[in-house]
Parts: sequence; C-alpha cells; structure tokens
Amino acid sequence: MRARDIPITAWIGMFGILLAVFCALFAPFIAPYGETEVVGGVWQEADAQFFFGLDNLGRDILSRLIYGARTTLLVALAATVISFSLGIILSFIAAVSGGMIDTVFSRFNDLMMSIPTLIFALVVLAVLPQHLIVLILVMAILDSTRVYRLGRAVALDVAVMEFVEAARLRGEGTGWIIFREILPNTLSPLLAEFGLRFAFAILFLSTLSFLGLGIQPPTADWGGMVKDNKDGIIFGIAAALVPGSAIAGLAICVNLVVDWLLRRTSSLKGGRGDA
Amino acid sequence: MPDLKFRARFPLLTLIVERLLLSLMLLLAVSVLIFGGVEALPGDFASTYLGQSATPQAIANISAELGLDKPVVSRYFSWLGGALQGDFGTSWASRNSVSEQVGRRLGNSLFLAGFAAVIAVPLAIGLGMLSVHFRNRMPDKIINVISLAAISLPEFFIGYLLILYFAVNFGIATFPATVYESMGLLERLKAIALPTATLVLVVLAHMMRMTRAAILSVMSSAYMETAELKGLSAGRAIIKHAAPNALAPIINVVALNLAYLVVGVVVVEVVFVYPGMGQYMVDAVTVRDMPVVQACGLIFAAVYILLNMLADILAIVANPRLRHPR
Amino acid sequence: MPELLSIRNLKIEATSYPPGEPPKRITIVDDVSLDLQKGKVLGLIGESGAGKSTIGLSALAYGRGGADITGGQVLLTGTDILTLGKGGIRKLRGARVCYVAQSAAAAFNPAHRLGDQVIEASVKHGLMSKEEARKRALYLFGVLGLPSPETFGDRFPHQVSGGQLQRAMTAMALCPNPELIVFDEPTTALDVTTQIDVLAAIKHAIEETHTAALYITHDLAVVAQISDDIMVLRHGKMVEYGSVQQIIEAPREDYTRALVNVRQAMRQEAPDQSQALLKIDNVSAQYSNGFKVLHDVSLHLCKGQTLAIVGESGSGKSTLARVITGLLPPSQGQITFEGKPLTSALKNRSRDELRRIQLIYQMADTAMNPRQTVRDIIGRPLTFYDGLRGATKTARVKELLEQIEMSNGFIDRYPAELSGGQKQRVAIARALAARPELILCDEPTSALDPLVAEGILKLLMKLQAEQQLSYVFITHDIAIVRAIADCVAVMHRGRLVRFGPKSQALSPPFDDYTDLLLKSVPEMQLGWLERVLTTRRMASAGN
Repeated sequence: MRARDIPITAWIGMFGILLAVFCALFAPFIAPYGETEVVGGVWQEADAQFFFGLDNLGRDILSRLIYGARTTLLVALAATVISFSLGIILSFIAAVSGGMIDTVFSRFNDLMMSIPTLIFALVVLAVLPQHLIVLILVMAILDSTRVYRLGRAVALDVAVMEFVEAARLRGEGTGWIIFREILPNTLSPLLAEFGLRFAFAILFLSTLSFLGLGIQPPTADWGGMVKDNKDGIIFGIAAALVPGSAIAGLAICVNLVVDWLLRRTSSLKGGRGDA
Repeated sequence: MPDLKFRARFPLLTLIVERLLLSLMLLLAVSVLIFGGVEALPGDFASTYLGQSATPQAIANISAELGLDKPVVSRYFSWLGGALQGDFGTSWASRNSVSEQVGRRLGNSLFLAGFAAVIAVPLAIGLGMLSVHFRNRMPDKIINVISLAAISLPEFFIGYLLILYFAVNFGIATFPATVYESMGLLERLKAIALPTATLVLVVLAHMMRMTRAAILSVMSSAYMETAELKGLSAGRAIIKHAAPNALAPIINVVALNLAYLVVGVVVVEVVFVYPGMGQYMVDAVTVRDMPVVQACGLIFAAVYILLNMLADILAIVANPRLRHPR
Repeated sequence: MPELLSIRNLKIEATSYPPGEPPKRITIVDDVSLDLQKGKVLGLIGESGAGKSTIGLSALAYGRGGADITGGQVLLTGTDILTLGKGGIRKLRGARVCYVAQSAAAAFNPAHRLGDQVIEASVKHGLMSKEEARKRALYLFGVLGLPSPETFGDRFPHQVSGGQLQRAMTAMALCPNPELIVFDEPTTALDVTTQIDVLAAIKHAIEETHTAALYITHDLAVVAQISDDIMVLRHGKMVEYGSVQQIIEAPREDYTRALVNVRQAMRQEAPDQSQALLKIDNVSAQYSNGFKVLHDVSLHLCKGQTLAIVGESGSGKSTLARVITGLLPPSQGQITFEGKPLTSALKNRSRDELRRIQLIYQMADTAMNPRQTVRDIIGRPLTFYDGLRGATKTARVKELLEQIEMSNGFIDRYPAELSGGQKQRVAIARALAARPELILCDEPTSALDPLVAEGILKLLMKLQAEQQLSYVFITHDIAIVRAIADCVAVMHRGRLVRFGPKSQALSPPFDDYTDLLLKSVPEMQLGWLERVLTTRRMASAGN
C-alpha cells in the first residue's frame, strides 16, 4: 500500500472527513461567533463579516455550521459504533453457532427489516421521550439490522471455509474461531460497511432533525438548520442550502472513501473490482 | 406424503405460496410490533394528550374515552379487526376518522410515487445499460462518480435546491405542491413536477448502480462467452442470451427501489407540503397522535412488504430452473 | 495444399493485477508453432498455466480475460485469421471453428432449451435451414449416444446430467459441420466412469464427421487415446512435439518422460496385522435432513499402513472421513481407535483424541487462514496441544519445515506467497505438528499438477517410513492407490463394495462396480480405449 496507489477521489474524501472532524474538535476556537448568539438581522445577506450570512433568528450560519459538525458527527458516530458492535457481535454469534440461535436471531432481524427504517423510527420516536441518548439508541438499533445482515453473510462466507473447520477439528473454542480465524478475514468488507453505515447515519440523523424529531433546538445540527431556514427558500434565501450542502458534502466524502475500500476488497479477493 | 408430492410436482407454485404465507405472517408480526411497541414503550398518552391541564380525574376520563383502560390484548384485536375492515379509529388530535384521511392521502402518495417510478425505472435501466456498454471508459466513470454523489444527497436538499431554482428563481414550477380532488390530471402532474423530480433523482442513482451490477454479472458468465464463440452478433447475444437471464435480477432491483421510493415519499411530502400519507404521519408523530401513527406505520410497512414480496415472486417466476423442473 | 490450421510463432500476453502492486504485462504463450491437417487430432497437454487453453482459443481469434495475441500468425487454410477484422472473425466462429468448454453446465444458457442452443450457430450463420439443423442435431445426439435423441433437445440444461451436457456441447460444436473443433478439457470435470463414455462418444463423433480437433487436457493418458499428434507445453513454451506413439513410447525431453512415468509404485504392500489402529464397524450416517449417505460400512487400518478409499463423487468416501473426524457423528455403528471406542461427536472429544487424528484437505488454499503466516499456521497446534511458546516453538516449527523439505525462509510467508505444492506441504506440517497417529488425507493431490502431486506423495511416504504414520487416503485416482496403498476400500453410492489388501482388492475376480471403475481409468498406452470398448461390446454381446 503506497500513497500514490490511493485514487484522487479517496484523497478528496479523506480530506473532507478530516475537515469536518477538525471543525467538530475545535469548534469553540475556530467559530467566529457563539452557537446561539444573535449577531444581526434575520436572514441577513452574506458579507465579509458573516461568511454564509445569518439565519432565521439572526445567528451566524458559519458558526452554527461549525458547532453543528460537533453534534452531527458525534451523534452519527455514536449511533454507528453502537449499531456496528451490536450487529457484528450478534451476526457472528449467529453464523458461528448456527442452529436455533441463528434461526431465532435471523427471523427476528427479518421482522425488524420488514418495516422501513424511517417509518419504524417515526413510530418509536412518537412514543419515546425526546432525548439525545434515546435518539442515538433508536438510530443504532434500527441500523444494526442492516449490519447484522451483512455481518452474517460475510461471516458465513468465511465460516464455511476449510481453515475454520480445521480450527474446529483442532478443538478451538468459539472465541478463537470468531476473533482469530473469521474476523481478520472479514475486516475489509466490514470497514467499508462501517463507512457506508456512517454515511447513512449522517443522512438519517439529518432527515430526522429536518422532520423535527432529531436534535432539538437550540443546539445546532445540520439537519435542524435546514428545518429552521427552510421558509426562507420561498423568498429566494438560500440559507437552508448551506447546511444541506454540508450534509451532502460529508456524505459524499465518506462514500468516496468507502468506494475505494470496496474496490480494494474485491481486488484482494481476486475478483473484478468494478462489479 | 401428499405434501411432498405437491412440492415435487409444482415447485414454482409451492415457492410462491410459501412466499405469500411468509409475507402474511410478517405483516401480522409487524402489526403486533407496531401496536405492542407503541403500548409497551414508556409514556402516558392520556397525560400527553391533555398536556398541562391533566388532573387525575381528567386522565381517568380520557383513558376511558379512548379505551386505554381495557387490557392490551383485547385492544390489539379490536384495533386489528378494525384495520382489516379499513377502520383505523379516530384521530386524537382532530377527532376525525383516520380512515377517511388515510384513504384520500394514500391515493395522493401512491400517485406521486407511481409517477416517479414511471420516469425513474426506464431511465435507470437505460443508464445502467449505457454504463455497462461503456464499461470502465469515460461515460461509465462519469456516471459512477455522479451516481455516487447522488446517493449521498439527502432528499430535502435536492428538494429545496429544485424549489430555489425552478420555482423561485425561474418560476417555471409551482411550490408548494398543492393538489385537491377536482384537479385535472395535467394540472395535477404540473403540481407534482418538482416532488417527482426530487424522488426520481433520489432513487435513480441507487437503481442504476444495482442494474449495472446485475447486468455485469450476467455479461461475465460463461454462456455469454459461448455466444461470442458461436460467432453471434453482439445484438443477438444481448437480446437472446443476456436479456432473459438479466431480467430476474433487474426486476428485483426495480421492486426493491420501488419499496425505497415509498419511504422516500415521506420527506419529499414534507418538503413540498404535499397532502400525502408521509406528511400526515410526520404531523401525527409531532403531536403524538397515536391512532394516526399506528395506521400510517402499518400501511407503509404493508406496502413495503408487498413490494418486497412482489420482487421475490417475480424473481422466482423468472428463474428457468424453477419454471421447468426436472 | 495448405494445412488446415497452422500456427506460427504465436505470442500471447496479458495484463495481471497483483494486489497492492502496479499492473504488469506477462507472457502467457511464447513462440509456439503447430500444424494440424484436415481430419486429424492434435493434443495440447500441460499443467495449469501452461497456456494450452489460450493457444486453443487463438484458433478462434479469441483472447479470454484480457489476453492479447501480440505476435505470430494463426493460419486457417492459409488465411491469417488474426487479420480478418471483427466481421470476418464472427463468420468463422461457430461455423468453421467451434469450441467445447470444460464446464458445459456453465457454458449453456440456462434460459433456453438445449436443442435451440445446439442449432443456433448453424442457423444464424445461414449454413442450413432450421429443419436441416434439427435433423443434423438429432443425428449427432444419436452418434454421441445421448438417451432418447428425439426429445433430448427439448430439455433445459439443468434437466440433464453433467456427462450428457458435455456430449450436448460436443453436438453443438459439430452441428455446423466445422473444419476444426477446440476441445478444452471436456472430460476433466467428470467422474472416470462417465469420462470413458464421453471420451468414446467424442472419438466416435470425430471419426464419423472427419472434423479436425485440438484436444486440450492435462491428462496424458486421456489425450493418448484420442490424438494423432501431441504437443507438450510448459510455462507457455513448447517442450516437445511429436506423434502420439513417439511421445508415449519414446519421449525425448525429461519433462515429458516425467509426465509419462508419473506414479510408479512407491510402496511395498505391508502384511495385514491382527491389531488394528482404526476399526470401523457397521457404520451408517445421515445428514440432518434424513438423507442417508453411508450404509453399514466396516473396515480397518493397521498401524503404520495406508488405507486407500477410492470412489467417484457421491460415493461417500469424503463423508466417511467426516464421520471419523466427528464432524458428522454416525447414526449407527462404532468406531474404535487404538482399541478404545472413539467419541462420536466432535464437541465431546478430548483434546488428546483430537490431536491423534489429523486431516489434510484437497484444497490447501482454503484449508489455511490467508491472514496467518506459516509460523502461525504450523505453530498453533504446537501451542494448542503441547503448550509450546517462544523460542522452543520457533525451533520446532523450523524442524517441521525441514521435515517437509522447505527452508526456514518460508517461516514468515503468507499462504498467498506459496505455490500450490508448497501450500500442501505446509498443510502436512500443520498435521504433523500435532504428533498424530492417523492422518486422513482427503484427495490431497487431486488439485495439483502431476509432477507436484508426485512430490507430495513421495513426501507422505517418506514421513510414513520415518514416523510410523498411518494414513486414510481418499482418492478417485486408481494410479495413486496402486502406488501407495496397503489396503484398499472401494465405495459406491454410500456402500463399501470391496475391501482388502491391495493385492487382493485390485485383482480379479471383481464385483461389477470395481470392474467398471478399474476399466474406466485411462491407461498410458496406445489403443487402450479401443480395447476397453471392444471387451465391453463383447461382454454385452455375450449377455
């Protein structure tokens, strides 16, 4: 693996992700104004002082964008990490154990997946109290069904290989088989899937916030900012499109990296990278 | 065993019947999940419903009125029984019949999604074929990068972008997308032009990428090499040898994406203030109007399950191994 | 008059994409020339990667998977087909030159009936009308010995057996009455008893239609039955080119000689001893769906000896190995190991029981974790069974590498960096690391090229002599059985049809199946196929 073997698209993607992470980490230092600070008139136009202009309450959009990176990244990342851990652990247990455990887990997963994620989330969020932890958990649990399905398929692919059978014949325990035999051979597709789930989490969180069910104001978050400023669109004010672009940009960057990871995986397997 | 004989004689029919039964069971389980989940999760509806003015007496009254004092199981069955007959109860917020609203809005949503599908499906398949034809050359790479970007765009972003340009700046489209009963078809189509475009853009990239992958896997199979080594023309090889085998995976792709479209409708309807199921549900969720949320959730899930089932059944039917058993 | 096919100084290159490295050009075929006269058969023989299929496809001006013909000429009745252009090449393919693939199951389109596919090229090239083509297909189905030729064409590919598909593919190639057919390992994927029928059918059809053929295979004994001339290839270059008789009876090159003389006897049969190491009594086994795969099998193996279990696919020979390992516990019967009953299910076996019986797989590729180095692969049993760590472990791994005749330099390599033979050696070392008494070898050489396989067999024999190892050797190859076994068990459809010391088991009087099996194995001599077919005809006439 050399730096020049990484395609330009993947570099762009990595740069974009790092930029967002940088904003999230150092938001208080680089944001020109406070997160909820009213600094001027409603939907004031962009100028040298306010790079992206002001929002529906007269807050600086650039500053809120930088603070919003914090919330959006944190919630999306937390949800992805939990969803991933949950999905992978359950799916690997199912794939390695087989039999009853596999059947029960998989049927339940099919059931969960038979309801569209957004609809499921709407139903659940209608009942649960509006709280950050609740939001993260709902996103994570719903998304883990997708991780489970992929994890099980990938693990089964490897679990039927003879070297796993050889380990069983040696008398190795389930832990060794999962962590030493199967996991190292599934890292590439799983890493790509992690990226894919992360991109989805960003979009999903933004959608929920946009619908008013995600992050609650006045905390800045990109989807919520679109909701706040959407009424300006009719007057030709593009304030809502700025956070929208940020969401799209970050999701594109993650997908560019994932695309490269996926190609790498398939070329490692010796298959055609473009299929 | 008569059952085994039936299976051996009609494997296709058996599989289809199995798939139908599975969907039915799934739907039943989903109804339990939606109803039971809503009931089991914390949150006292009566007090939510009354808000600040909740006195113990008022809560007891409202519980009795809404039937919340009855046991869960009996409420589930009366809800399910009603739902099967098209009766979803009364909205807590508006005190109107849920079914009446659902009936009108479901039609609107399906019209929007259907119109988007009519445009997106041929476009996606065409672009997928184009991409395969120019495989690994410039047009394919451009399509790849654009479609990769397109699947990363949130629906509302595309929606507002289109509104800003086409409705506000150029004024060639209407916003919001209001439709009403007495509207003519042409007028109606004009009203939903932007939401349709948004949906098409959202679903197009996904469908195109999946179509491309499906065609590629058929094109790289050994029987396509056989066709080439028989000296057949490219056209005949594709029409006679690739198409029958690519059909099943493409049908599958289309049906899966139609299911996706049904969900995509929710956000698009909110963006364009379109009187469909999605907007109805989101509004109900915000005010915690449980009968509406349950009804919409069940209907969305049912449409989704139905389309997935259709995808599977069409794939079964298109498989020559199952159509012509040994 | 020019030769039918004349290949001059052919050079074929391809781009390979090694993972993590920049793409590079590799030469697949280098400076190969050959001539083929009308109605003759030329055999192309070589190991995998010898370039034989690539040469065969060049006769159709086709490069598979990005292979480019970059030099030389392919003359078909004097015209260089490489210069014909797309349209000219298309007129040639499926009309004058036809192709028979190794896997007919994949090469037929699953969506169309066999008959339509067989006549398609003839009709589309305007060589005959649909009616004429159907008539010819019917005739060819008959010549190739397909069952009920009248209705055979109405079936779909998945409705007929592998051997029948291969014959249908031959019919498809013969239908347009081509001047040349390229057979690309047409019988390799078939069982021996099926192979002989397909081989006979192909030979008969070629004689009947006077078509010339390029016959590509890795099995010299097969090609000796069907060819007039043979070209031996290795690493894309010609090794030797001559008549069948010269190649088989008086090979000039060392490599050809090695191919001809592969698998001579390596082991003197040891006497049957009263004390058996492994004893299998009346064992039956079935899958969880109730399908019975083993019926009442009884056999035994003495210490320090080799028991060869021979049979075709579906005979239950691999299942028997799975029963012994405990992966599939027997539904009936008893297995005794060193005088004590062996725990039937894998998960109930003690670590020591597991250690004593080791398994070597057919595909060393999938039998080793690609993310572990040779050190980890061989070292794990040392740690797991004997608790070896650190320097002692490394020393023992090196010792084992020495035993399998590999240098210490391989210790930190990954499986992907090893050749097929080296991988199988590492798999043997992993088995040895457990200090086993019994090693189950499940076709350990059938995925390897003949000379590499020979090396593995020699290694196994050497280790047996040194360490008093006992082997259960599962194979479909009678030549290997002859070379290495002490006892032989013949299996057919889940039953044991014959068992005994090699000298008895492989001598007459035979039961019907063993007779068929032994007579179906191609022998490295001219005219073997005719002799077998004649005896068969006489036998059936006698009945």
